[in-house]
Amino acid sequence: MSEHVRTQEEIAARVKALESILIEKGIMTTAAVDRLVEIYENEVGPQLGAKVVARAWTDPEFKQKLLADATRACAEFGIGGLQGEDMVVVENTADVHNVIVCTLCSCYPWPVLGLPPNWYKEPAYRSRIVREPRKVLSEDFGYNLPDSVEVRVWDSSSEMRYWVLPRRPEGSDGLSEAELADLVIRDSMIGVGPAASPAS
Amino acid sequence: MNGVHDLGGTDGLGRVVVPDNEPVFTAEWEKAAFAMFSMCFRAGFFGVDEFRYGIEQMHPAVYLLSPYYEHWIHTVEHYGKAKGLLDLDEVDRRTQYYLEHPDAPLPQRDDPDLVAFVEAVVPAGAPANRESDKVPQFKVGDTVTVRADSPLGHTRRARYIRGRTGEIVLAHGTFIYPDSAGNGDGDAPEHVYTVKFTNEELWGPDAAEPNGVVYFDVWEPYIEPATTTGAAA
Repeated sequence: MSEHVRTQEEIAARVKALESILIEKGIMTTAAVDRLVEIYENEVGPQLGAKVVARAWTDPEFKQKLLADATRACAEFGIGGLQGEDMVVVENTADVHNVIVCTLCSCYPWPVLGLPPNWYKEPAYRSRIVREPRKVLSEDFGYNLPDSVEVRVWDSSSEMRYWVLPRRPEGSDGLSEAELADLVIRDSMIGVGPAASPAS
Repeated sequence: MNGVHDLGGTDGLGRVVVPDNEPVFTAEWEKAAFAMFSMCFRAGFFGVDEFRYGIEQMHPAVYLLSPYYEHWIHTVEHYGKAKGLLDLDEVDRRTQYYLEHPDAPLPQRDDPDLVAFVEAVVPAGAPANRESDKVPQFKVGDTVTVRADSPLGHTRRARYIRGRTGEIVLAHGTFIYPDSAGNGDGDAPEHVYTVKFTNEELWGPDAAEPNGVVYFDVWEPYIEPATTTGAAA
């Protein structure tokens, strides 16, 4: 157990050393790395969760299905898989605000949100969001919640993957499902902010 | 284990730094490090619970100070060594070589099966639910207390919920038990429940923020029928 904190150059060389050995052993190829990276850079990301949320905002029957069994509801869109084998969606309302975290590691619903941002995996967020969520939301994300709104923090300690159905923003009546999906930003599905407001 | 990774409720770690725009990968090496999780999982280095336990055994100072995907390198090395799949002296030698020759190319090998594996595993996932004929000992609505002792080895029973009392709000069925699988002892499925704790129960009336709760998933061996009344909100 080394206590040396490596530089970026040292980490890059170590990763390359490991990769070269794993390639020779037939465990990795650069083509497989490239394909996996391409999937999470371009194909699987918060735009997928946004489609599901927009449908839930416009179709009450689908919203009930989503809240009852998110894994099955997402499968209707062909959305699911790695790190989202068992998903639960929790709904924000006028009285309740939900936010997700993984205090023990970095669990996050990849099929609907893609890979987590760095702040989600770093010690500050993981340590504080369960202890002082209102303060974190206010000071670090600029999102102020009145005391009358209950704050519910979901610590993803098992293989269940939680994510948030944000409130539909004011002034979004008459927008198409695709236009609504553009308002569903990543942070609103983590629960560290609201959905975007429609451009006036 | 009572490790530094168990961060819930730790004070003094500063502000959450949120950049305006951040790429999915912030350095080239992160791409290969990220891919090693799936590739080494396929090659039998670890299951997901062992993978986490390997990270938990990093030096705590390095854990806190290193970029996230470097954690994944540590667990690949940990299990590579433990299972005889990697010679760490060879990793050291090649690291020195690539430090001195950062632009030296990687060996090239083709294997369509590996790309096919990636295409298949992303949409299919690797489910952790497991059939079991175990009868659940608890149900939604039960008040339970989390066992307070400190297990050695891997566990998901975080310190901040140990000894705390809450209400079961969801029952999920049976899943791989991390306290077994993470320690190399097989799936040993157990029932998983979501327990709701009030802020007052977790942090006490003085420190607790008003009007809030924390939900935490527990495996059945983590809990027992309530031994305290718990703090109401």
